[in-house]
Amino acid sequence: MSAKHVTTSSFQADVLSSAKPVLVDFWAEWCGPCRMVSPILDEISSEYGEKLTIVKVNVDEEPTLAQQYGITSIPALHVFQNGQVVKQIVGAKPKPSLLADLNEFIN
Amino acid sequence: MREVIIIGSGPAGYTAGIYAARAGLKPLLIASSVEAGGELMKTTEVENYPGFPNGLQGPELMDAFRAQAERFGTEVLLDDVVEVDLKNQTKIVKTGNGKTFESKTVILATGAAYRELGLPREKELSGYGISWCATCDGFFFREKVIAVVGGGDSAMEEATFLTRFASKVYLIHRRDSFKASKIMQERALANPKIEVVWNTEVIELLGEGKLSGVTLRNTVDGTTKNLDLDGLFIAIGNDPRVWLVEDQVELTSEKFIKVDGRSSKTSLPGVFAAGDVIDPTYRQAITAAGSGCVAALDAEHYLTDLE
Repeated sequence: MSAKHVTTSSFQADVLSSAKPVLVDFWAEWCGPCRMVSPILDEISSEYGEKLTIVKVNVDEEPTLAQQYGITSIPALHVFQNGQVVKQIVGAKPKPSLLADLNEFIN
Repeated sequence: MREVIIIGSGPAGYTAGIYAARAGLKPLLIASSVEAGGELMKTTEVENYPGFPNGLQGPELMDAFRAQAERFGTEVLLDDVVEVDLKNQTKIVKTGNGKTFESKTVILATGAAYRELGLPREKELSGYGISWCATCDGFFFREKVIAVVGGGDSAMEEATFLTRFASKVYLIHRRDSFKASKIMQERALANPKIEVVWNTEVIELLGEGKLSGVTLRNTVDGTTKNLDLDGLFIAIGNDPRVWLVEDQVELTSEKFIKVDGRSSKTSLPGVFAAGDVIDPTYRQAITAAGSGCVAALDAEHYLTDLE
C-alpha cells in the first residue's frame, strides 16, 4: 500500500484529527535516503496499517508544514497521536530498527 | 553455497560485482537497506571520475555502477549485514531481515562512515541543526547562518553547495591551511558568502532541543568565543567501517582492514577487502573502483585454486 500524500489543507483531517496514530514521512525527491526508506515504510504500512496510518509530506511542495514542525533534516518521521507529535525519528533506518522505534504504536 | 558475497555497494562493491559477474561467479551483493550506493549518494556533482568529461551527479554515477553490475548477473540485495563468520572455509553472512547465506569467498567493501566531533549532545542534536549531509539538509537552511567544520574536499564541497541556500557560511578549520584539493579550495575561498575561521575548533554545542550556536576555541592562543548558528554541518573525515569483522580479520594500527601488499587479501583465506575500508590515503571513487576490481580478480583466483 503506497502512502497517501498529505498537504497543508488536508493535514488537519488526515493527521491531526485521526483516531489512529499517524506517521508522517517528511521527504523530498532530491533526498537519496528518503527514496531508500520509502519502500520500507510502504511495507510497514501494509503490515501494520490497521494500527498505524502512514502518510507523506513533500517538503518542497509544503514548506509551511516542514517549517511548522521544525524539520531541518530528512527523512524525518513524526508520529502524531491526538494531534500531538509523540515520536520523532530522523534519518533513514533499516526496517528492524524502525519497527523497534515504532513498537509502542504497532504492537 | 555461493561463490562470492560482496558486502557494500559503493564504487568498490559494484566494481567487484561487475568483474565477479563477468567471471561467471553470480555474485550476491548485499547493498544495505537504506544506504545502498554508499557515500557518493550524498554528493552532488562528481567532476573527477574519468570517462565523464562533463561531470555527473553522484547518485547518477552509482545508478550506472549498479546497472552495469546487474547487467552481468550480480544479484543486488537491499538488506544489511549484521553478522559474519569468516574463519572457516565456508563463510556465513547474516542479514537484518533474518536471511543467512553461505559462501566460499567474501569481499568486504563496507567503506567508511562519517566521523563525529565527539562532543556531548552531538547525537541528540543531529537532525535538529546538526547535519552530516549538505545535499540532504541544506534546503532547510534558506537565508540562515550556518557553519561547516572541516578542511578537506568534502568540507569545501559542502560549504560551496550550502551557499545556494544559506545567507552566510562559516568554514571552521582547526589549522591555518586546508588539505582540500586546490580547485575545491579556490572555489570556496572565492565565494563571498563563505567566511573562513582558521585555527579554530568547536568545543561545545549550544541550544536546547535545537542547535542555537557553538563555542569555538582558537587553537593558537586558546581564547574562546560563542558563535550563533542555525545549523552546523560536520565534514571532518571518515572512519573505516570495520565493526562487522574487527574481531576476525587483522586490522592496521589505524583500524583499516589489513591487506597483503597490493592485493586485496586479508588475514583470512577467502576473505578479500576493497575500497575505503582498506585505504587510509587516497579514498577516491576511482581508486575504490580499481580496488574492487582487484578484489574480484583475487577471489576468482582463490576459487580456481580451491577446485
